[in-house]
Amino acid sequence: MFDKFALLGFGPGGWGLPLLQGAGITISIALATLPFGLALGLIVALGKRSEKAVPRWLATVYATVFRGVPELLTLYIIYFGIQVLLQELWHRLGLPGNFSMPPFVAGMVALGVVLSAFSSEVWVGALNSIQKGQREAAAALGLSRSQAFRLIVFPQLIRVALPGLGNNWMVLLKETSLVSVITLPDIMFITTRANVTTKEPFLFFGAAMLIYLAFSLASAWGVAKLEARSNRGFAAFGGATR
Amino acid sequence: MSWCEYPGWFLGSEVFQNYGCRMAGGLWITTELVVISVVIGFMLAVGLAIARLYGPRWAQMAINGYTTFFRGTPLLCQLFLIYYGLGQFRPFWQDVGLWWFFREPFYCALFTFTINTAAYQAEILRGAIQSIPRGQFEGALSLGLHRWATLRHVIMPQAMILGLRPLGNELIVMIKSSAVASLVTLYDLMGATKLAFSRSFDLTIYLYAALIYLVLVEVIRRIWDRVELRLTRHMALR
Repeated sequence: MFDKFALLGFGPGGWGLPLLQGAGITISIALATLPFGLALGLIVALGKRSEKAVPRWLATVYATVFRGVPELLTLYIIYFGIQVLLQELWHRLGLPGNFSMPPFVAGMVALGVVLSAFSSEVWVGALNSIQKGQREAAAALGLSRSQAFRLIVFPQLIRVALPGLGNNWMVLLKETSLVSVITLPDIMFITTRANVTTKEPFLFFGAAMLIYLAFSLASAWGVAKLEARSNRGFAAFGGATR
Repeated sequence: MSWCEYPGWFLGSEVFQNYGCRMAGGLWITTELVVISVVIGFMLAVGLAIARLYGPRWAQMAINGYTTFFRGTPLLCQLFLIYYGLGQFRPFWQDVGLWWFFREPFYCALFTFTINTAAYQAEILRGAIQSIPRGQFEGALSLGLHRWATLRHVIMPQAMILGLRPLGNELIVMIKSSAVASLVTLYDLMGATKLAFSRSFDLTIYLYAALIYLVLVEVIRRIWDRVELRLTRHMALR
């Protein structure tokens, strides 16, 4: 019974090191996607609130499409689609050999696009919570529109958006498991391979579950800390902090 | 020409026409998976949410552990654990006469989706019940209503309305997540699309599948909005 657990260890024939590397890949792709997805989400949110019809329409369609299509399908479309497009470009430019899409980049783009669609909702909600007077006062002080956004609106935005963005992060962390299907060696990929070699699926997928659970619990703790920190000036109003 | 070939023919896509029937079959499997798991999951979630709030201490802790576990791990991992992992104990399942269930990828996917969505829905319902003001309980008790009657006639109807929107979101998330069923050899809409791609090498088939999912999700979202508007028409919320 107990010799089975040696398979998870670091000894000869143990999968401990590959599993750790897989966990590293999972964390790396989640962390690499986060800034890209959140920034794109903010741009989409600003587009949704634009006074001009064209950006508003584009941003709404973008968010609707990427919130409605399964993440797995988005991943396939981006992985294979970009591959085909760039291959075409590669040949047009007369470059030798073939272009192959790095799975990490494809995964990052796909997850980032989905994250941006979901986080744009959070950003819109947060932007709506900033009163008009803040912008008007900034304009009265002679700040340009970009200065007003950077110095006045954005710092207030973070506090309101943080719970929603924290949620987006937790969803993203779990969605990274999908990149294993485009051969990125994350936790799921490693455990699937370990299962093929050792025929111990329950042990390995159970271990994978526990790793993901540890990540989720750590994230929940981290997000709670961040929220408490961003609310520290608001304790006087009550309810904002526990 | 069969009815399921018409959309592809109409859109002028040869591959969509050729695989239209397979994709229609896949759409039906996706629908079965989602509808059955969300409905059974909802029934489980009602019980879980009530036991989580009013049950004995050990039940509260057990349910808390269950929801944390299933909400903190990816659905894909859960599916693999159940399909491959439980299949490892074949002699045991054969002894208890459940092997027919855990042998089939369809039942495994159904089982995984059900316990997954039950965890999410239980948390939604718990939040909804908890946000009903205390006064509602106290008022009902002072009118002489029994605890169960209070829950059934006073608390739950109000909690359901609060939970309507997040439950609709959960339904949509399940439709999208059900695509992972294709990774355990099931030919749901995603699986049928993958098959079509692997045979035709025509990428546009993925775009048609995306369009089908998108229309499905948008239609359900709009119907759900209508239902919510209708059910809350007596309230001064909006």
